[in-house]
Amino acid sequence: MTNIGSYEERLKNFSWSIAEKELGYSDAKTKNIGWYCSDRICDMGKAEKTALIWEGHDGTEKRYSFNDLRLASNTIGKFLKNLGLKNEDRVCLFMDKIPELYFSFLGVLKIGAIVQPLFSAFGDESLHVRLENAETSVIITQRKHVSKVRRILEKSPYLKHIVIVDYDGKHPLREREIAFNLEETVPVEEFEIFPTKAESPSVLHYTSGTTGQPKGVKHVHYSLISQYLTTKWVLDLIEDSLLGQEEDIYWCTADPGWVTGTSYGIIGPWSMGITQCVLDKGFSAENWYQFIEKYNITVWYSAPTAIRSLMKAGDEIVRKFNLSSLRHLASVGEPLNAEAVIWSEKIYGLPFLDTYWQTETGSIMITNFPGMPIRPGSMGKPFPGIVGTVVDTKTYEPITTPGTIGLIAFKPGWPAMMRSYWNNEETYQSKFKNGWYIPGDRARLDDEGYFWFVGRDDDIINTAGHLVSPFEVESALLEAEQVAESAVVSKPDEINMEVVKAFVTLKPGFEPTPDNELTIMNFIRKKLSPLAMPQEIEFVKTLPKTRSGKIMRRLLHAREWGEDIGDTSTLEDEE
Amino acid sequence: MSEEMKDIILNYVIEEYLEDEDEEISYDTPLISGGIVDSFSMVSLKRFLENKYNISIPDDRATPEAFDSVTKITVLVDGFLK
Repeated sequence: MTNIGSYEERLKNFSWSIAEKELGYSDAKTKNIGWYCSDRICDMGKAEKTALIWEGHDGTEKRYSFNDLRLASNTIGKFLKNLGLKNEDRVCLFMDKIPELYFSFLGVLKIGAIVQPLFSAFGDESLHVRLENAETSVIITQRKHVSKVRRILEKSPYLKHIVIVDYDGKHPLREREIAFNLEETVPVEEFEIFPTKAESPSVLHYTSGTTGQPKGVKHVHYSLISQYLTTKWVLDLIEDSLLGQEEDIYWCTADPGWVTGTSYGIIGPWSMGITQCVLDKGFSAENWYQFIEKYNITVWYSAPTAIRSLMKAGDEIVRKFNLSSLRHLASVGEPLNAEAVIWSEKIYGLPFLDTYWQTETGSIMITNFPGMPIRPGSMGKPFPGIVGTVVDTKTYEPITTPGTIGLIAFKPGWPAMMRSYWNNEETYQSKFKNGWYIPGDRARLDDEGYFWFVGRDDDIINTAGHLVSPFEVESALLEAEQVAESAVVSKPDEINMEVVKAFVTLKPGFEPTPDNELTIMNFIRKKLSPLAMPQEIEFVKTLPKTRSGKIMRRLLHAREWGEDIGDTSTLEDEE
Repeated sequence: MSEEMKDIILNYVIEEYLEDEDEEISYDTPLISGGIVDSFSMVSLKRFLENKYNISIPDDRATPEAFDSVTKITVLVDGFLK
């Protein structure tokens, strides 16, 4: 028995009001996600139920109940309010996967402010452009990341406070810095949660674009409706003992710096009152299997890159651990290849079910549902309430012939859909064609309505499930003292699906040496992020350009992927 | 195992990957599982070792386990120098 039951029946009788009713949404005294994920669960008599089991890289374990979650988010909320923050101010969370990150997420929402989670491995420039775009007034961070904030402080006048959650007093605090230690602060029992409405802004996640700077994807508190129901029906989480079944212990491996880590690593499970585990430790197959065994994890939501890394680690290591607690596996971030689905079924006795969605959609759109016949390698079918199809790349009309490649398209209007790009209405509007929202991915539909992923429709690089803009990397490369010109494309990778590759021409006086390659790699790693760092740099004398001088990235991409290079009649000078 | 090599690698890790100026690491501090070096950054650390010691480390030997401490990295590099 699954939560969704019959997919076909759900399609016939679907309405988002199912989630609204289950959540008591219309009668709720507040429509605030922070309240839904903590106070409401306590009000339901589950205050002492474990909400979070956290394990750090040194093996330290911490457990928090839903009441702890409520108190911690109240306490952070009050602290922020005392700093003078008001509703709709932007608060950036720039932390590793420590408990304060999760509590702060809810605390920021409780005061009606907008939470801006950023991946803590971002370098100075990546951090700066995102804070500047959002005009973020507060950043909450850790001691280990504060040096990055200090380096951009002069050019960040809007940033009023830098909150350090683990200040140890060894060095004096600097300009705008303030210490906040949750464990040493008196918990706030009563807190007036800001009366956000369904359409009040909630989360601002940044995503890369083909051209220009990253875009801030604005979500609202009503996103909860999609996130709750997709968590329940797709991740199939069970919040109460039912027919003798045990309650689930859930593990979402995503970092809340990315949308999966908030939609399904915070909002979805906690709005259901689910116990979830967080491992703040680098990846290794042994660590992960040990974690599943130790906490009896039942539902595991991970990413194809991790699954392929586990495949690479081999079958033998799996046998060292008791993974019998697992009952449901799902995957997100990039297309899940058929081999990984077949392998997981063989080795864990369960297939990883692919889920397709993106930062802008806010919740799962297309998926293989529990109980549905799986077609390994397929994306599955649209979630009930989601009208999805494949449209022609020029006319944007739905394609009626099965097997024809086109663009994935959705009818706008589901609850978790983005409401805008921050200060970028023009780009937001460009995502809609002929009444469809176009996510920018190509796919085909088969004769039974299953979607099959083909690829991106633009130059964006999807590396380990994270989108990297070639434009952003090229721009940063030009700031390296050695680089004259650059072109950045994706290159196939067995584990990460794609990685960043740069073609570079050097300034006079610099030689194409291995040391220069390493220096440039490290320059990008620190400036942007390890994800954006080219895994390979090819030094060339010239870059292929059109007669008008535009670098032909398409040509370089085709070379890397062994594809037909297409029409080169406009090429200025082939190398 | 060369102590000099261990120091060179340790200093490189401190210089390039350690963000917290107060954090002290030793030859045996977990680098990958400890979150100091992530899997993407491991590529640049591998490149450093290859350049410095004029070796080539195959991808299947450059595992998170083999790169998880300065001591383990030194053992790996030593194996390619012999």
